[in-house]
Amino acid sequence: MGAQTDGPGPDGGLPHGDGTAAAPVTLRGATAALGGRPVLRGIDLTVERGETVALLGANGSGKSTTIRAVLGQVPLTGGSLELFGTPLARFRDWRRIGYVPQRSTAAAGVPATVREVVSAGRLARRRFRPLGSADKTAVREALELVGMADRARDPVEALSGGQHQRVLIARALAAAPELLIMDEPLAGVDVASQEVLAQTLRDQVAQGTSVLLVLHELGPLAPLIDRAVVLRDGLVERVENPDRLHDLACHPHGSVPVEHTGPTIEQGLSVGGTETKARI
Amino acid sequence: MTEMLEFAFMQRALLAALLVGIAAPAVGIYLVQRRQAIMGDGIGHVALTGVALGFLLSTNPVWMAVLVSSVGAIAMELIRWYGKARGDIALAMLFYGGMAGGVMLINLSNNGSNANLTTYLFGSITTVSSSDIVAIVGLSVFALAVSLGLRRQLFAVCQDEEFARVTGLPVRLLNLLLAVTAAVTVTVAMRVVGLLLVSALMVIPVAAAQQATRGFAATLGLSVLFGVAVTLSGTATSYYVDVPPGASIVILAIALFIVVTALAAPLARRRARAVAAQGEDGTLGADEGREREGRPTRV
Repeated sequence: MGAQTDGPGPDGGLPHGDGTAAAPVTLRGATAALGGRPVLRGIDLTVERGETVALLGANGSGKSTTIRAVLGQVPLTGGSLELFGTPLARFRDWRRIGYVPQRSTAAAGVPATVREVVSAGRLARRRFRPLGSADKTAVREALELVGMADRARDPVEALSGGQHQRVLIARALAAAPELLIMDEPLAGVDVASQEVLAQTLRDQVAQGTSVLLVLHELGPLAPLIDRAVVLRDGLVERVENPDRLHDLACHPHGSVPVEHTGPTIEQGLSVGGTETKARI
Repeated sequence: MTEMLEFAFMQRALLAALLVGIAAPAVGIYLVQRRQAIMGDGIGHVALTGVALGFLLSTNPVWMAVLVSSVGAIAMELIRWYGKARGDIALAMLFYGGMAGGVMLINLSNNGSNANLTTYLFGSITTVSSSDIVAIVGLSVFALAVSLGLRRQLFAVCQDEEFARVTGLPVRLLNLLLAVTAAVTVTVAMRVVGLLLVSALMVIPVAAAQQATRGFAATLGLSVLFGVAVTLSGTATSYYVDVPPGASIVILAIALFIVVTALAAPLARRRARAVAAQGEDGTLGADEGREREGRPTRV
């Protein structure tokens, strides 16, 4: 796939717009290896401003490696990567990117409260300056966005998987990033948290935030996705358009269409601009 | 109590105890957070080579220990970066090499002896000299400036290193700084509790504090309080009763850990019940949600 997309263009109206029209992510011909084994074998991936792109594929297809390469955490052995129009080597503006890693089950050796974990997200903006009242406000607002404000003083160890995931998203949102990068945000997340998560993402997308996320299955996020890039063996196998995405979301195993009853999904579908009836 | 304070050597001893009581847990908490509690022990082993080198070259053993243990700590950090399957073996070699090197070098030197070595292995807080105090104060101030001044940055790095890198923090630099700070703390604490017991003072107050706390800042504060309490009372105990201060400090710390754990257990049970109750509510809600909304996607 190339740079052309059918997502919203880089025209004005986005709160983050700063005059530069460069795409948040431009990955061309990317190759990378882990432990000597080639994992990415020539990936092209572009995320335009305001666009939501999902990476799909089987385990080991290179989804997580692709986003870790986009974050500069896996060195490319070939190809090029530009973030907001700047080559990775010269990119310093990390606060424009919010990263939600795959939730780890390994707890740290010392307890930490929800607020302490989310506050770490503000370091993207503050770095070595002390955190002030603006940071406290941002942390509180980020926790409110994911519905975890009442748990701010609880230790993260006491949270369920879905609540923990919401905290990690709040940590990324605390710095008000222009691009959100998420690795399997739905893994091990209960349905209630999935709905909160979908709503949070919908709000972010409505504000013009670009999103790149790895998904195992589209689930409740399907209506938000502009494009799905399916990886296989470190290559882009195909790119799915929104209509087809809708079908995949409703009938992941190609089964008979069923009428929707969930209000959130209905609402989401109208946002996605697709019909309710599926056509497999 | 006041009689004890009239002696200059006890004043120095208590000042050193106070500083170490603050610095050791304040730095140790990051090692515990990263599940590297044993790193202080390793640095202690390597510092021994530094002490012996100091004797051999007739320079101040404390400064030489700072130098050598810092090099050792940086080496451990590099092994952690690049180390794959053999990382633990490399660390073991570093630990035992440091210990063996110390014993070897001390026997080669004229003004060092195994008796001298014992002073550093098990601590000798009551023989802290005026020049030692200058070094201890200076090094403690450095350790505290790093561990408290950069607590948010170090917390982020030790909590989730990859996330910290993506926020643009200079994670490698902070890791190296933490390694050097740990080495400095080990060297300072070696005069108080000895190289073999250094790690205890960096780890046990933190372990005790987190029995009763729920957040990082609270754990940091309480562990420093515990650290000061055991170093001061241990030093005082060794003044009144003829026992080695290092050993009494560590035994007091372990006793404190047991007491706090016993006191905190009912509290933890109550919290666990509260969380379980909340969790049950949440799970019920989630199941209902699945009944209501999730079915179409499952068919």
